[in-house]
Amino acid sequence: MSQPDLFRFDTLSLHAGAAPDAAHGARATPIYLSTAFQFRDSDHAAALFNMEQAGHVYSRISNPTVSVLEERIAALDRGVGAIATASGQAALHLAIATLAGAGSHIVASRALYGGSHNLLAYTLARFGIETSFVDPRDADAWRAALRPNTRMLFGETLGNPGLDVLDIPTVAEIAHGHGVPLLVDSTFTTPWLIRPVDHGADLVYHSATKFLCGHGTVVGGLLVDGGTFDWHASGKFPELTEPYAGFHGMVFAEESTVAPFLLRARREGLRDFGACMSPMNAFQILQGVETLPLRMARHVSNARRVVEFLAAQPGVARVAYPELDSHPDRALAARLLPRGCGAVFSFDLKGDRAAGRRFVEALRIFSHLANVGDARSLVIHPASTTHFRMDADALAAAGIREGTLRLSVGLEDPDDLVEDLAGALRAAQKGA
Amino acid sequence: MLLQVDGRSAYAYTGGRPFDAAGPVVAFVHGAQHDHSVWILQSRWLAHHGWSVLAVDLPGHGRSDGPPLDSVEAMAQWLLAALSAAGVERAHLVGHSMGSLVALEAAGRAPGRIAGLGLVGTAYPMRVSDALLAAAREDEPRAFDMINAWSHSGLTHQPGCPGPGFSVFVQNRRLMERQRPGTLSVDFAACNAYANGFEAAASAKCPALLVLGARDLMTRPSAAAGLAERLPGSRVVKVPDAGHALMAERPDAVLDALRGFLPSPA
Repeated sequence: MSQPDLFRFDTLSLHAGAAPDAAHGARATPIYLSTAFQFRDSDHAAALFNMEQAGHVYSRISNPTVSVLEERIAALDRGVGAIATASGQAALHLAIATLAGAGSHIVASRALYGGSHNLLAYTLARFGIETSFVDPRDADAWRAALRPNTRMLFGETLGNPGLDVLDIPTVAEIAHGHGVPLLVDSTFTTPWLIRPVDHGADLVYHSATKFLCGHGTVVGGLLVDGGTFDWHASGKFPELTEPYAGFHGMVFAEESTVAPFLLRARREGLRDFGACMSPMNAFQILQGVETLPLRMARHVSNARRVVEFLAAQPGVARVAYPELDSHPDRALAARLLPRGCGAVFSFDLKGDRAAGRRFVEALRIFSHLANVGDARSLVIHPASTTHFRMDADALAAAGIREGTLRLSVGLEDPDDLVEDLAGALRAAQKGA
Repeated sequence: MLLQVDGRSAYAYTGGRPFDAAGPVVAFVHGAQHDHSVWILQSRWLAHHGWSVLAVDLPGHGRSDGPPLDSVEAMAQWLLAALSAAGVERAHLVGHSMGSLVALEAAGRAPGRIAGLGLVGTAYPMRVSDALLAAAREDEPRAFDMINAWSHSGLTHQPGCPGPGFSVFVQNRRLMERQRPGTLSVDFAACNAYANGFEAAASAKCPALLVLGARDLMTRPSAAAGLAERLPGSRVVKVPDAGHALMAERPDAVLDALRGFLPSPA
């Protein structure tokens, strides 16, 4: 026998972190809606506060329902632990705030979700953290952007909007050669499509709002520490290797050889910034994770069917999906993402902005909204929504055309999805 | 803290408090392919409740220099030297797995220096299967997988160690990966070859506690019976729903057992 997990993926999706409730035998994970948890006595209280014993104190720091979700995603992503946050953006912020401060520098892929780009380019810059954005396919650009004060490299498993596949082994090697970790946003892929830690990433986060929850119901984030990065050997992270005055002089890397990052992130970032996940949301996301393998398989098979259909339509100029011969990362995707490239992708209609509007408005199944990873199929037309202020030239600079549409393919019958898209394509062309 | 032992740098975690050799000392010894961090909660609690704590990294493990030592006897001699380097004349010893044999052998060699023995996840003889020995020599990742599967009673460890949200299972895998290549086969060969356990037990002149995981597949509880019989007045605590990694799987139960065994530091 040799397998790195105690049980296989589908079993972990249902069981990791959870057991029948000790008090009543409830088989589903109970929702512990309690702000605080009673101490056994004063000494127990002091021991919990001082990390001499494990337990829950206050739900901003930890909660029994939330910690089941944290253990589950850690098991699925092969991490030493996880921290659930209020949103994916909060998870990204927690990762950065734990390792970087004023005067720090980040090298990031330029193919990022717009919210992440905003955080790095504008908001963190206001706090003295500078980011250099690079073409994620250009290894030399990653190397050239490194500075002595660089604290991490950051990219998405599948970039926005063209689904650039991040060459995690190559970028991780560059990061490690510089003594810093690689942080990866795995929202579009989930652990079912790729476990970034297995390929060299050190920290992984998800917007759990998307495929992990899977039903478009709640907002949440999950930050996973692979436990692979040697902070002590790096010597660049006194936050983890020197006494921290904010927690009784604790040296996190002495307490835990493999998980000091998570200790500090919880004891500082979660405590002080407070972007914790609600136990109600954790329960909903747990429900989603239980069926993640089943749903992702269907999401991918439906997406492949839709991609195949669109790529063959004369009214479609381009489909950006890494399994197509036309995609520049096809070989890399086959190596890193053998199960598929997810269910979110963009395509370009032939035609102008109005054609895009007609297409969206003619759809009957796809919902027009700003989200991805729902069980239902979703669509958005950036030129008339998120980027409506931009003219055609400005859109082109952002890699978007007036006829670009982004789909998130859901779990409906694929024949219905194809028929819906076929009807919308006819509508888009009729007005031309 | 860093010590100089036999001319090499050695690391010992002190439980988050400055070490005071004048206080009652408890020294923790980790097992094969591990380091001090397996004792994080128990050692930290004791350090904040009147004990002076030394959780050592054996040579070639964690942050301690040098190659791993190739026999339990050599590790025991090193441990006694480490105590001397820290200015400690007499101490309680708590060891896990291979570390329990090291503690036992140290107590047999220097009975006047050891005030009590806590043997956690112990067995004697500590035979390592041929398959595991071969994997340790030829394919360390495979050996890590085998150890990890056999060391844990299950997947769920609420409230977790060192706290909520941590995976006990994956942490153990990563900790084994973090040690230097080649360490595991040296450690396992030392466990397998150790043949002085009953003589050491007869020589030890101190109270002893055996803390065993009821579902331990690495060192089955039944394999500790002979040792318990030969340690006069020893007590055995079986921790339910715990495997070989019982300090992480059931940290409070292990702490409670140690608290019931160790004298009041005052």
